[in-house]
Amino acid sequence: MNIVRDVLKPIGKGLKITMRHFLEPKDTVSYPEQRKEQFARTRWKHVLLRYENGLERCIGCSLCAGACPVRCIYVEAADNTDTERYSPGERYAKRYEINLLRCIYCGYCQDACPTGAIVLREDYELADYTRESFIATKEMLLEPLPVRDEVAEGVK
Amino acid sequence: MDTRVQEIVLRDSSTPAIPNLEMGGNVLVTRLDEIVNWARRNSIFPLTFGLACCAIEMMSSAASRFDLARFGMEVFRASPRQADLMIVAGRVSKKMAPVLRQIYDQMPSPKWVVSMGACASCGGIFNNYAIVQGVDQIVPVDVYVPGCPPSPDALIYALIKLQQKIRTQRLGMLLELTPRTETPALETSDGTRAIEASDASK
Ligand code: SF4
Ligand code: SF4
Ligand code: SF4
Repeated sequence: MNIVRDVLKPIGKGLKITMRHFLEPKDTVSYPEQRKEQFARTRWKHVLLRYENGLERCIGCSLCAGACPVRCIYVEAADNTDTERYSPGERYAKRYEINLLRCIYCGYCQDACPTGAIVLREDYELADYTRESFIATKEMLLEPLPVRDEVAEGVK
Repeated sequence: MDTRVQEIVLRDSSTPAIPNLEMGGNVLVTRLDEIVNWARRNSIFPLTFGLACCAIEMMSSAASRFDLARFGMEVFRASPRQADLMIVAGRVSKKMAPVLRQIYDQMPSPKWVVSMGACASCGGIFNNYAIVQGVDQIVPVDVYVPGCPPSPDALIYALIKLQQKIRTQRLGMLLELTPRTETPALETSDGTRAIEASDASK
């Protein structure tokens, strides 16, 4: 056995590969401090949108619940009245709940919605300790009301 | 590591805070608690329990792109005797359920369970006769991760939450010495329990 040819040379060869990868730029995303860039069509937690004037887009038609392959959406509709108006149409969703644990984030609800009310956004940090905490109610899903810039509107 | 956990807690109010002494914490072993918990949460050995597609994401979170080794969790153990954490990744069929419970019983205490993905957590898209509707019917689950499959960052987020949970555990409560007899009894959609947890623990 030749000690140089059979032992030292292969070790050097192997270490050369190790060193080459050692000097390459790092691939690791150190997650909590640094976030991976999400793809444009990433689908995670749902958001219920509003129109610019603050009315809800959702009209309580339950088409999303029908399209959902795992049946994890529950919609209960109620009529809008002139004094209590939530959405521009005839009806609005009184209760809107999604079981985020059973949801498979397929985006079929987004495709089915006639008014574009429900969209899936990029918030993927959803893990939790109890099963009950995964029921997302309408209040948790709805976009916050737009803040009115009263100075710009000339009200003040 | 601690700054990471702090960062997650700041962003997320549902993570339990560490109970302080005024609220009935333990006086004698407080410092010991902290040392033990620090050691435990930074060297969690997960068990390889990939059951379906979610396992691919679990493997990818151990690879260099996400690198679970940053949290001391890269040593995936094939033997339950050497594992602390069972990541149930994938759907649990009713045939697999007794096996899963047995492996859980073989793990030494303290042990934790992360239910990864919609299938393991509640059955997901497979609401049918063959799949256990949530692995919490057979073992106590500490953290649930939604998604189909959860991306590696979502899994790492769950593991950080688990670390935070371990941080709040107290030695004085002898939590890990008392056998956990009660398993949460969640009903399946048709009102029957998939498997009797007491059978497996006998
Ligand atoms: S993303 Fe898919 S599974 Fe989730 S609520 Fe929408 S339709 Fe249902
Ligand atoms: S979110 Fe869209 S599809 Fe679902 S009930 Fe509202 S309007 Fe109908
Ligand atoms: S949650 Fe989705 S990815 Fe995970 S095991 Fe079930 S079907 Fe597969």
